[in-house]
Amino acid sequence: MLDYTLILVFSGCLVLGIVAGTLGSFAVLRKQSLLGDAISHAALPGVAIAFLLASSKHPAVLLLGALCAGWLGTLFILLITRTTRIKNDTAMGIVLSVFFGLGLFLLTLIQRMPSASKAGLDKFLFGNASTLLLQDVWTMLILGGATLACVLLFWKEFKLLSFDPDFLHSLGRNTLILDVFLTTLLVAAIVIGLQAVGVVLMSALVIAPAVAARQWTDHLGRMVALSALFGGVGGVLGAFASSRISNLPTGPAIVVGISVLFIISLFFSPHRGLLKDWLRERKNRKTVRSKKVLLALFTLSRSHKTPFHSHPVSSLEAIAPGSIEGGLEELRNQGLALPSGAGWKLTHKGAIEARRLAQHVYGEMP
Amino acid sequence: MHPIEISDLTVAYHEKPVIWDLDFHAPAGVLLAVVGPNGAGKTTLLKSILGLVKPSAGTVTIFGKPAQKQMHRLAYVPQRGSVDWDFPTTVLDIVMMGLYGKLGWFKRPGKKEKELALQSLEKVGMADFAGRQISQLSGGQQQRVFLARALVQDADLYLMDEPFVGVDAVTEKAIVALLRELRSRGKTVVVVHHDVPTLKTYFDWALLLNVRKIALGPVQKVVTPKNLQKTYGGRASFLDLEHA
Repeated sequence: MLDYTLILVFSGCLVLGIVAGTLGSFAVLRKQSLLGDAISHAALPGVAIAFLLASSKHPAVLLLGALCAGWLGTLFILLITRTTRIKNDTAMGIVLSVFFGLGLFLLTLIQRMPSASKAGLDKFLFGNASTLLLQDVWTMLILGGATLACVLLFWKEFKLLSFDPDFLHSLGRNTLILDVFLTTLLVAAIVIGLQAVGVVLMSALVIAPAVAARQWTDHLGRMVALSALFGGVGGVLGAFASSRISNLPTGPAIVVGISVLFIISLFFSPHRGLLKDWLRERKNRKTVRSKKVLLALFTLSRSHKTPFHSHPVSSLEAIAPGSIEGGLEELRNQGLALPSGAGWKLTHKGAIEARRLAQHVYGEMP
Repeated sequence: MHPIEISDLTVAYHEKPVIWDLDFHAPAGVLLAVVGPNGAGKTTLLKSILGLVKPSAGTVTIFGKPAQKQMHRLAYVPQRGSVDWDFPTTVLDIVMMGLYGKLGWFKRPGKKEKELALQSLEKVGMADFAGRQISQLSGGQQQRVFLARALVQDADLYLMDEPFVGVDAVTEKAIVALLRELRSRGKTVVVVHHDVPTLKTYFDWALLLNVRKIALGPVQKVVTPKNLQKTYGGRASFLDLEHA
């Protein structure tokens, strides 16, 4: 089952998932989700140019090319935003499309060349983890390890840079250098995944695990760890799926795997999940409904000597239309009202509760 | 040697001047308010002192030296709306950020830092909230946390951007008490302030700013209807309050 090639592929995807998940957390918290997409697309011409210059497909050469181009793209975005009146999103759009277009152009040229070593560069588009060799995985491991080590070393600076960069500056730190440094690490994390995932989908691996992780925790350390875990698991799942299904590129498989984690997190996480929101909302509506009916019973009983007089449903309906049926049942479940004769009446507990509610709502007795 | 000394400061964004040829100094040990209408350059002034904004001309010194060499002597309280309060962290962690500068590179905050941060939270009445998620704080509580983060820095000069905006009366009183406590310890506090009626009760000195400097000096001397008129133009309905 698990042969040598497969172990290589799995470890490669595990590494790229962990590193992308870690750096992605910072990108998402700094509201730079789209930057990942721009960087990965911008890296493509770097791969092609590195191949043309060095006539080699050694992973270190190609990744170095990708790293330079990705970094240059980021620098352009920064420069355009700072020196012109073009806004950040536009700058990212320009850099993404221009670099990606150039990359595709160069790749097509390379495909037409007579050289025999040209094959396989197109895997950088959609990714093909099954072509990972030992030297590829080593390169990923070294670059990824260095990236993670930097994040740990500069943890508190990166945390503060993400939360409040002006304050970090006021502590005497050079935020521009730290900003470029953290972004360079993001470029490295993206470049690591290019061969296996491809430039087109790599940004999903940066964003999705981080957003999913944020759903589960309110602690930065735990968020980053969880994001790395999601990235790693997604990477391995995707690699597994693409090794089982022939002609399924790894990139899409990994993205689908991570999307499943993301969707589960979005709906079912305990504090921030949509399901939790929905349940809270529903409970809230029920409470309001029963309180309306309780007030209606109380209001009607004001015209009688005792608060425990029975009132027909039709009179209640006139005061609190639309709430009665469900509301009365709620009140009965809470022991605040009872059916009596042809109508309903407050219990002792209900009368006390109703009086308190009326005071709260009207400020005084109605 | 004043805590802050500024000469000929001009700041312009895209050729439109925000601060024009400002000479300014803050004497030691005073509570100084920077007042003026929206767009008068109040926040820009703080940011120029901090080096967050690059001036077109002029110099800023802090305790007699260039500002970037004196960062360890100042503490900055940004507008609380300038950060995302949904950031995944706790109140205590935010306050400990004030100690990152002293900690130096590569070191993580430990027991001692935690202790200092807790003491600082105590001073702003937020000790019970130390473990609280910051997304659960009210506006006033956010402001107190930011103040605690500045207090823990134990600086000589405090720069605060609109600390009174959007806080309730209790928090406002607490902040004023805090400012006075800082002054009693000889600290200098520069506060961007919006509320003219409280100027004379809360502060000793004022800078009236509207792109140009209108007046600078002790509040009793410079906060006059005439100067306020000059600062705010004809739109100032609170001028009557000044006579009250």
